[in-house]
Amino acid sequence: MPRPPASRKAALYGGSDPDNAPRGLTARILELGEELRGEGVAVGTSELLDAFEVLREVPWAHPADFKEGIAATLAKSQEDRRIFDLVFDRFFFRAAELAAVREGVTEGGGMDAAGAELNLETLRQQIAQALRDGHEAMMRDLARLAIAAFGRQGEGSGVIGVDVQRIRRALGLRAEPQPDLPPDDPRADGLPREAIRRFEALLRQELERRQIERTETLPPARPLNELDRALPSGPLQDLAAVHRVVAQLKRRLKTQGHELRGRKRHAQVDVRKTMRASLETGGVPVVLRYKPVRPRRPEIYVLCDVSTSVTSASVFFLSVLHALHDSFRKMRSFVFIERISEVTDVFQRERNFKAVSEAIGRDAGVADVSGYTDYGRVWSEFAGLVEDDLHPRATVIVLGDARTNGRDPRADIFAQVAAKAGRTFWLNPEPRLYWNYGDSVIAAYERYCEAFECWTTGQLEDFVKALTRPVRN
Amino acid sequence: MTGPSIDADTGPSTVEDIAAGLRSVGYLPGESTALVSYLATKLGKPILVEGPAGVGKTELAKALAQYLGRTLVRLQCYEGLDEAKALYEWNYRKQLLRIQAEADGAGWEQVQDDIFGAEFLLQRPLMAAIAAEEPVVLLIDEIDKTDQEFEAMLLELLSDFQLSIPELGRFEARTRPVVLLTSNNTRELTEALKRRCLYLWLDYPSLEHELEIVKLHAPELTDAVARKLVEVIAMVRELDLKKPPSIAESIDWARALLLLGADDIDGRVFTETMSIIVKHRTDLDVVAERVGVKLGVGAAASG
Repeated sequence: MPRPPASRKAALYGGSDPDNAPRGLTARILELGEELRGEGVAVGTSELLDAFEVLREVPWAHPADFKEGIAATLAKSQEDRRIFDLVFDRFFFRAAELAAVREGVTEGGGMDAAGAELNLETLRQQIAQALRDGHEAMMRDLARLAIAAFGRQGEGSGVIGVDVQRIRRALGLRAEPQPDLPPDDPRADGLPREAIRRFEALLRQELERRQIERTETLPPARPLNELDRALPSGPLQDLAAVHRVVAQLKRRLKTQGHELRGRKRHAQVDVRKTMRASLETGGVPVVLRYKPVRPRRPEIYVLCDVSTSVTSASVFFLSVLHALHDSFRKMRSFVFIERISEVTDVFQRERNFKAVSEAIGRDAGVADVSGYTDYGRVWSEFAGLVEDDLHPRATVIVLGDARTNGRDPRADIFAQVAAKAGRTFWLNPEPRLYWNYGDSVIAAYERYCEAFECWTTGQLEDFVKALTRPVRN
Repeated sequence: MTGPSIDADTGPSTVEDIAAGLRSVGYLPGESTALVSYLATKLGKPILVEGPAGVGKTELAKALAQYLGRTLVRLQCYEGLDEAKALYEWNYRKQLLRIQAEADGAGWEQVQDDIFGAEFLLQRPLMAAIAAEEPVVLLIDEIDKTDQEFEAMLLELLSDFQLSIPELGRFEARTRPVVLLTSNNTRELTEALKRRCLYLWLDYPSLEHELEIVKLHAPELTDAVARKLVEVIAMVRELDLKKPPSIAESIDWARALLLLGADDIDGRVFTETMSIIVKHRTDLDVVAERVGVKLGVGAAASG
């Protein structure tokens, strides 16, 4: 259904000339697709065709099925699904309001008269309870009541976001525990963050609806903001996210080398052995002998900076290191500040991450005189320790910020190490913006290895991708 | 939509039908699960099911097969899976014997035509699903474990339900299978594959839903214990664990409690049986510390 680009745009955000816009459900679905594309969801024509096919099976009058059916065809990942939900709500909310304005239908404030007599404390309790239970329909009704009770009818600040926050504060909805409340109050242990966000969205929607009703025009549509778009996460989930990425890293590393390409994917016949076996059957090779596929056992050397300049990143790095140890037998780990110290056996002895970090802090024997990293010394010691063991199948991973405190970086020794090892990676916990400022000498090392900035789990994933990329040879 | 259509008589006619049908074989579908399954049978599109481990992705395929009265053909994916193990392989020995047996007399042409016939083909799961006389349910489990080349190979099968065998030509499906692909999200699947599928995200069920599931599988458990059980499970899933308990583990736990004759989940019962739902030593410590306290493990130990 080709349309000129100008009308596409018009259809996208309500349109300047809604009367001439194509009518009917088909056009609406196409607009929805356009809006999803605008938010970065890859919606192809084939997906839209699928959506239409779904609509043939699902009655459009059944809202839940209608939404799920379209979602199954248009949103193909969990992130996409989240964006889809937001866009879908926004789209049909606006469409309904537009129609209401055009037809002159108003809902009025039937609630408001009752609102005056509401017991505010009971309302607070009810809302908190609904949030606690995640009761969607009840939250919707209560959002209206809350606006009636706390919204200061007609004299809102004019900015919806401000009003939403004011009402939320007035209701005392917080994610943190509120110990001064009585223990049977549903708010005492803190409310689920996601439910609060959902309630805020409902408040916003209701306020928008009222505004549209008052002004009889649709406000300009805004793109989704980053906060809404992101999957819900709390501070606890950050560490969990690290674990997830690390678990993925483990799985990928474990199977590294198994994924043979091209002809090698198939088992190869060992001609010599097959001929030998064929002697039994009078020279007819009935039983085929295959060359055994020997999995590559990656050998990994990890060096981890634990000096004060990377304290916050150390925990992150140590957990990566810990996870790596779970899955490799041939792995040696070192921690360093001014000098280097091997901690392989600490990791082998302790299975618990907490114990490991304590043990390293206590008696890893990091010779720490000044507390400043000395990379030059670390390289020469590392080279001395592992020189004979390094070979082209070994991978060296350095975790550190490359801040030498003004000492000689000795990139030449690092170059020797990198040349002997098959691959060398550097993970830097600083944003790329700060690289090579001050005493950071990452540029000197970057020539010999692949350097990654790594301070979010997303970047850790990028590193995992690079690490498990098939080696070209 | 050139392929054969599904027999309209045997397929479910409404979403409620399929939901009830899945229920009757012991699988309690969520709303979207029933809807997407219904669409898959109607539109003949594969379903891509994603979600955390242990939310019943594979069970869904089994339940669908049972409900539709079809055979379940299962292809378990793993790293390094190739065409020979997924599609078909020539039965080399049989071919060889055939040549040996005909060595004298028969012309080359005749033998060649002969040994590359359907008779010498070893069917692997995908081929079996296509060639089946009766419609089947095809489950391609953990598709994310294979590599991208394998995915590309699946595309022909998933969109047209046909296979090309160089020596024989094209094999078209006689019946249209219901196809489910499951993924644990180990890696991002290709757009091409996703485009051909309906998407279904299965998450841990809500409290009420899980309660229903537990009750279905352990009907003798009292309401109070069952409710407490799912509440504890929900609490445990909130924690940052290596492996959060799956639905199967909740059911196992419920059955274990039945065997033990527990009439309440208190601190003692919980410490004794928590190894059923938590499978890592470090996780055990975390759970004992965070959840056990709430159930009064400390009080039980001191008292």
